[in-house]
Amino acid sequence: MSKTIKNLKQFSTANERFEGAHLLCPGCAHSMIVRELMNCTEDNLVLSTNTGCLEVSTAVYPYTSWDSSWIHIGFENAATAVAGAEAMYNAKKRKGTLPNPDAPVKFVAFGGDGSTYDIGFQWLSGAVERGHDFTYICLDNEVYANTGGQRSSSTPIGASTTTSPAGRVSYGEKKMKKDIVGIMGAHGAPYVAQVAPNKWKDMVKKLQKSLETEGPCFINAMSACTTEWKFDPKDTISVSDVAVDSLVFPLYEIIDGKELNITYRPKNILPVRDYLGIQGRFKHLFKPENQHVIEQWQKDVDARWEYLQRREEARV
Amino acid sequence: MQKVGWDEVSAGTILDSFSQEVDNSALVRPEDRPYADTNSYTASVADWRVLKPVYNRDICIDCQNCWVFCPDTSIISRDKKMIGIDYDHCKGCGVCVEVCPTNPKSLLMFAEQDDNEEALSQWPEKKKKGE
Repeated sequence: MSKTIKNLKQFSTANERFEGAHLLCPGCAHSMIVRELMNCTEDNLVLSTNTGCLEVSTAVYPYTSWDSSWIHIGFENAATAVAGAEAMYNAKKRKGTLPNPDAPVKFVAFGGDGSTYDIGFQWLSGAVERGHDFTYICLDNEVYANTGGQRSSSTPIGASTTTSPAGRVSYGEKKMKKDIVGIMGAHGAPYVAQVAPNKWKDMVKKLQKSLETEGPCFINAMSACTTEWKFDPKDTISVSDVAVDSLVFPLYEIIDGKELNITYRPKNILPVRDYLGIQGRFKHLFKPENQHVIEQWQKDVDARWEYLQRREEARV
Repeated sequence: MQKVGWDEVSAGTILDSFSQEVDNSALVRPEDRPYADTNSYTASVADWRVLKPVYNRDICIDCQNCWVFCPDTSIISRDKKMIGIDYDHCKGCGVCVEVCPTNPKSLLMFAEQDDNEEALSQWPEKKKKGE
């Protein structure tokens, strides 16, 4: 059972289970998301992590930053590993060989966007289809940040990365971002949501809901990357604020693949231009010859927001 | 702690978080935990810092914004009160200063070599509206 969290003061009494002195960059949003997950529940946690920034930085030999059971095996199989652990737990419970069968246990897998959208997608899809009781959290920083900033299928149009560099001929990444939340919703998963670390209350609510829901749940967490998005480390939260308020990352949830609820509606919707302007990876879009990309961005974001609102009304 | 070379580490390494069995770490306060040498809690990243946050207890309203957004588990809060900064684990990113809502801010960045007492004596005055 998750504890009730009414306000930040009460939330701050949690006993931290994610230790400092991990080697993530200063100002990285990954650890904010992981901390909130581990602080929002008092249940035992069984965790796994795909290869990626989070894994290489929190288990640097000879140190571990995790105060719960945690496993890393391959680039693609955090979902499979935790599904296996869950299957074993259930089998042992059935046979009566668990030492402490009444202790509540939650199974959580973490993956970056590279290992979720691209490399681990087949494994994630399989684990969701089999219906294991686990939560998968994608830390979406829109780039392979761990290996030096190559594009992934989460990289949005116009972003300059090491494998889609902007220059005289190219304006950077040419393809649209994959709609992973929609794809996971189409699996018929009982709970799918998109969160951002700056809206901590919305995030804690969704994380707790996903832990309590039986069956496979998927959370796409925006994780602003100071290194690859190219902004100052202290601005992680303000960049996230602009991303949410410009509707580039709308916050919503899909229940049973049908009911879509928008959980946050910005009072003042900011133009996408504001979001692009504060990041170095979109700097080249402000040249006169690339203005059409910004216009395209705005059109896409508006169309997406319209789609989400229509779907919320339709309840299908 | 005994360290071994890269060719002596066996495939599949287990790193212990605690030196004794802990039933559920969520129910044990950090100061009461038997941390093992292999827990990164025992390590330090203080040498990453160029600027450090300094905390002014007199202005703080214990809103805990810094606590929830700190990426390095370096804001120490006990019993709903902010009691200090963990300088062993803080990397000096400055997120806590950015999210601090008080006027003037109760957390400010100073150079790593500055003395904390001296920093507190140079604290800026309250800003008036429109300043």
